[in-house]
Amino acid sequence: MPKLTIDGIQVEVAPNTTILQAAEIVGSEVPRFCYHDRLSIAGNCRMCLVDVEKSPKPVASCAMPVAEGMVVHTKSARANKARAGVMEFLLINHPLDCPICDQGGECDLQDQAMAYGFDRGRFHENKRAVPDKYMGPLVETSMNRCIHCTRCVRFATEIAGVPSLGATGRGEDMEITTYLEQALASELSGNVVDLCPVGALTSKPYAFNARPWELRKTESIDVLDAVGTNVRIDSRGREVMRVLPRINEDINEEWLADKSRHACDGLRYQRLDRPYVRIAGKLQPATWQEAFDAIAGRVMNLNGDKIAAIAGDMADVESMFALKALMTALGSRNLDCRQDGAALDANVRASYIFNTTIAGIEQADALYIIGSNPRKEAPILNARIRKRSLKGNFPISVVGDQADLTYKYTSLGTDVAAFFQTPPAPTQAKNPMVIVGMGALARPDGAAILAAARSFAEAIGAVKDGWNGFNVLHTAAARVGGLDVGLVPGIGGRDTRGILDGASKGEIEVVYLLGADEIDTAKLGKAFVIYQGHHGDRGAHRADIVLPGAAYTEKDGIYVNTEGRVQRANRAVFPPGEAREDWTIIRALSATLNRTLPFDSLAQLRARLVAAHPVFTDLDTVVKAEWKTFGTAGAIAAGPVKSPIDNYYMTDPISRASRTMAQCTEEFVNGKTPAQKTGTHG
Amino acid sequence: MKRALHPEQPATFSFSTEMKARADRIIAKYPKGRQQSAVIPLLDLAQRQEGWVTKPAIEHIAAILDMASIRVLEVATFYTMFNLSPVGKYNLQVCTSLPCMLRGSEEVLRACKDRLGIGLGGTTPDGQFSLHEVECAGACVNAPVIAINDDYYEDVDGAGAWKLIEALKRGDKPTPGPTNGRDASAPIGPPLTLTDLPAPPAVQDFAAAKAAFEKAKAEAAAKAAAPKT
Repeated sequence: MPKLTIDGIQVEVAPNTTILQAAEIVGSEVPRFCYHDRLSIAGNCRMCLVDVEKSPKPVASCAMPVAEGMVVHTKSARANKARAGVMEFLLINHPLDCPICDQGGECDLQDQAMAYGFDRGRFHENKRAVPDKYMGPLVETSMNRCIHCTRCVRFATEIAGVPSLGATGRGEDMEITTYLEQALASELSGNVVDLCPVGALTSKPYAFNARPWELRKTESIDVLDAVGTNVRIDSRGREVMRVLPRINEDINEEWLADKSRHACDGLRYQRLDRPYVRIAGKLQPATWQEAFDAIAGRVMNLNGDKIAAIAGDMADVESMFALKALMTALGSRNLDCRQDGAALDANVRASYIFNTTIAGIEQADALYIIGSNPRKEAPILNARIRKRSLKGNFPISVVGDQADLTYKYTSLGTDVAAFFQTPPAPTQAKNPMVIVGMGALARPDGAAILAAARSFAEAIGAVKDGWNGFNVLHTAAARVGGLDVGLVPGIGGRDTRGILDGASKGEIEVVYLLGADEIDTAKLGKAFVIYQGHHGDRGAHRADIVLPGAAYTEKDGIYVNTEGRVQRANRAVFPPGEAREDWTIIRALSATLNRTLPFDSLAQLRARLVAAHPVFTDLDTVVKAEWKTFGTAGAIAAGPVKSPIDNYYMTDPISRASRTMAQCTEEFVNGKTPAQKTGTHG
Repeated sequence: MKRALHPEQPATFSFSTEMKARADRIIAKYPKGRQQSAVIPLLDLAQRQEGWVTKPAIEHIAAILDMASIRVLEVATFYTMFNLSPVGKYNLQVCTSLPCMLRGSEEVLRACKDRLGIGLGGTTPDGQFSLHEVECAGACVNAPVIAINDDYYEDVDGAGAWKLIEALKRGDKPTPGPTNGRDASAPIGPPLTLTDLPAPPAVQDFAAAKAAFEKAKAEAAAKAAAPKT
């Protein structure tokens, strides 16, 4: 362990630490542009120069490993002068357009120029001009501002696994571009905007919308996939302006998937802002009491067996808990939170969570993916698989579509029945992992597949003391929470398929949809449909009563991610118009139905929730689930397994209402690039 | 000059049988998984076959070497000796770096422009000649130099450049190397230094030297032994 002195402080660090990292340990901040913890070291911006004794020249600290007895000065006059020189060179070609630059106020170059910049320019020649590049509907470019740190190139190549960004030319003619100016086709492309230390790459949908100091920042949880990415919601007034990632090493590191980042404009369109009641075939605006009375008129004297409820993909745990309580009070056992019909067993927690945990992927040494496309279903989790894959010695096998997952894998065919008939023999792997996706479990024979996957995991040694390699990858943020509160059919009750079947046959007369839009609404037949949700999507179109709820940015709610990690989302803005937080709607409805639920505040509800389901006691951690028998052995039908997500950019009511996501669908799914704009557009 | 792909590109590219064999030999030099090291020689082969590096060639090489097209494009745009647009049969690359400039490369360049009627970066309408200005060609000792395709024509002046072009137009192939009668980089004309053999070193008489030494030693001893007066 080399010992060295930095700014007069002795420190002992691990070998192969760089001077910059060692300086951070002692608390000396070194300015940098190209260096980033999670990317490879480039050493090309030269901003991190420090003074090392006995070295004839200042040293780039990001690329220099520490050595025994080094004496480093990060704040000496020589280091400061060197950095001031670098800064002057960087500013030679950097335009003075901060007042019209979207990075203004959160720009590394701006901040560091305050510390190292010269107060006037000595360069009287023309600045260089670089044509802007097209990078797709999410990333706006202003290439005059680029300082060639190549963070974006390294991110695309290393983390996203989509090597389409590069630097062409050399010297003064060096330009960052995608190959032939194609769109950056990655589900993680938005992160290059965060990485860009200047305003060269900015967010296209957010262009010229707000300044960072005008925004109110709310720490919350993303619900557009089941990863539970930690996000910061930036809002101004009643509007969500943008969503940014927060650092959480256990989940998303510091990345955020494009849908989670850019679908937030969908929160502005197609919103349900008042209750509606269907009168003579048309939805008419109504008051809350009129809507509740209309429901009471249909429900009050109805046998509980004729009532059913389905919860959607973005429901918070509190409202699902309240819904279950209301349905139980009404005598209904027809409940389900699995609107895709996945055969998940709510009795055994280990059967429906990602037991290995996302960070645990890095400890695995073999992976089998069955019926899932993690790149589309959970891009952040896929980035973690890629990270592990790049370290080597990590054979990956896939049963299902042969999609580009950004890492190399062996395809074991698409037929899951054939796979389980002759499963691969156990290998030398110490910590093998199995990921079972909704593509497999949502099939009618899902229960048999679940049982077969459990046997397979046990056979290859994926489940043992200190290691659980059985994982279910969910596609919906509400699923694990719904299973945790037991929003599944009671004894003799109907599941989603049964409810739809019953509704089309007339055996179910009232269906309560809590934000459930991914079901086949044509199968609801003549049933009286109550839709509670925030967007006028499929469910609301079919509904007889519409109760306007709150989207995830508009309520305090608990969500459980695919790992079984309980996290709290916080309200950033208020719901529009007369819309209310979802649990309060169910609570108010219960009073009208004379079955008043026993809680009057969120705190009371949560206290009851924790009492009924102790799993909600621990926030932000994953509690190891007990391994038990689950699944139903049975015949597995031959046939391909297919990921449920065809279009990553439109999977839920928010992203379907988003114009940005519509543009992404056009560009990346339908393959239509808009007419190329010239460098002088806008 | 900004280096970018030419706006007009052929539809396809593939290596000829001979070039394919050469490419395979080059790739085989590198360990498995490191084939990407062959990207520069393969781009060179493509340029030798087509005269310039085309977009289909870049994509073809990327596919052969299992790398992203942008990585090959980066290399092709970085090295100025890859022609990204079509060049004539004879590509005149006039060095204008400092030593060549001091020895008259401006005159050479002017002669080329006048004789060919094209500017820098241009190609004659018959597709025979292209003219480029290049950075140091690495032959400063024979400055000024014109590289025509792979051959160096050294110690050229304006008239010499004119004659070179005339010869090429006739279809002759002038001999590469110095054009003013020098032998490689030896001086012009007879040698001015080291013209005769140096005188041999004087022969030393070691026996006489030893005798003189012994004599001096004996005298010193006798002087020391003599009684003091």
